[in-house]
Amino acid sequence: MSISGNIAIAGVYEHPTRWAPEKSEFQIMAEAARGALADAGLQLSDVDGLLAASMSMGSMGTIELAEYLNIKPNFIDGTNIGGSSFVVHVNHAAAAISAGLCDVALILYGSTAASQAVAIGTGGPHGTGRDPYQSFSQPYGMTTVGSYAMVAKLHMERYGTKPEQLAEIAVTTRRHASMNPLAKMRQPITVDDVLSSRVISDPLHLLDCCIISDGGGAVVVTSAERARDLAKKPVLYLGGGEALCHQEIGGPDLLQIAAKQSGDRAFAMAGVGRDDIDFAMIYDSFTITVLTTLENLGFCKPGEGGDFVSGGRIGLGGEFPINLDGGGLSNNHPGMRGIFLIIEAVRQLRGECGDRQVANPKLATVHGTGGALGTQHSGATLILGVD
Amino acid sequence: MADELVHPLVYASFETRGYWEGAGRGELVLQRCRSCSTVQSKPRNVCATCLSNDIEHFVASGRGTIYTFTVTEQNMAPPFNAHLPYVMAYVALDEGPRLLTHIVGCDPADVRIGQAVVADFQQQDRTDGEAFAVPRFRPA
Repeated sequence: MSISGNIAIAGVYEHPTRWAPEKSEFQIMAEAARGALADAGLQLSDVDGLLAASMSMGSMGTIELAEYLNIKPNFIDGTNIGGSSFVVHVNHAAAAISAGLCDVALILYGSTAASQAVAIGTGGPHGTGRDPYQSFSQPYGMTTVGSYAMVAKLHMERYGTKPEQLAEIAVTTRRHASMNPLAKMRQPITVDDVLSSRVISDPLHLLDCCIISDGGGAVVVTSAERARDLAKKPVLYLGGGEALCHQEIGGPDLLQIAAKQSGDRAFAMAGVGRDDIDFAMIYDSFTITVLTTLENLGFCKPGEGGDFVSGGRIGLGGEFPINLDGGGLSNNHPGMRGIFLIIEAVRQLRGECGDRQVANPKLATVHGTGGALGTQHSGATLILGVD
Repeated sequence: MADELVHPLVYASFETRGYWEGAGRGELVLQRCRSCSTVQSKPRNVCATCLSNDIEHFVASGRGTIYTFTVTEQNMAPPFNAHLPYVMAYVALDEGPRLLTHIVGCDPADVRIGQAVVADFQQQDRTDGEAFAVPRFRPA
């Protein structure tokens, strides 16, 4: 049996918090689980698959989480490949449900990155780590922003991409956030605001970078058959792909990222074309992340990303709206934001998004990126749809 | 440049020792697979193409071109926070692999993609008896 079309996302919940110094990661996850299960019309006792990742869960974190939730799942997955982890979890849940390993899978994320003052972008380790391979980056003061900045620099050099075009992504995303009551940053910005914000790592400015917040979310996956009897319209899993990408020996061109591999597989499984997609949720750790991902997923050709994101195409009401919740650039970014891409895609496909609702969408692409594009990273793509 | 950035100490494992010892002698040391001729920069005891253990070290030219770079204006972590801005770059070595490194010895505003560069080693002041250095690159 193909898993395409036979698995569904039955419930989702985005935790409303953006600042939660009084909560633990597990508490945020548990509260998100409560929300997603209520959304699906299911109980905690229905859950027999647990998939989770966070910034601080260790190698046995899923055991601790199962105890916190007091559940004894039949299927467990603690895959952590950075921000894309939860997109990969949907893939794994779909495979597990198809194979009969579990019936109802719960995917969880929680983070207190902002209130715990976790250094995400430019804090970095202090060169005291004894991992011998970190000695090839730590002594150079490699930062997350710097890694992405090197991708942006190469894109600009090779294709003439302009800072104004990257800024367009930040401006559009902020406009979407202004229509999201939960978003952390809602005040509209202009291209000039982005370009006049301070340079963090050339050519990326402060407003080319995601914000840092607390937050969390939950997603419930089950068979399409079971989902049809639940509370909400099932959002079908039509295709999925995942990939890892790294620099170095014969490393690919820095502008060819994991999204190429994972996207091609996801589209092939779904049996749909790029032109069929109504909107996309694209991981936006930085503006350049969005540009290169759109190219690698095949929504435009390599080098055409700058033009593609210009002229209103990616905004609500445009030809190809993206990141309608306000993304990591403006809504929330608690360190690993892949789960929010799924949640917004599902809510858009169910028509629940109010002011920022895309008109009658049927097909969506979700793409998560983890790690750092310029060094080692992961990519995971989903094609989701409604009947 | 009296207050030049002093790179944090590196740590060698049995797999990476040859690289750092070479740097300590002022040599950029890479690995080559005797079975399939793959050249690799980040050292390991297997070939990353054919998984052979038959790996040799060799002294590379230390020459390359800037593949891409960024002028880092913000890094909260010491010692980098006291030495901003600095130029982080990938250098495409003449032997093939790319190396993450710093570009030194010129104004950050003058750095260009495609620029020819040569290795420049900063000896580490260490108390553990190791003679390691950190390779950076400067305009050729």
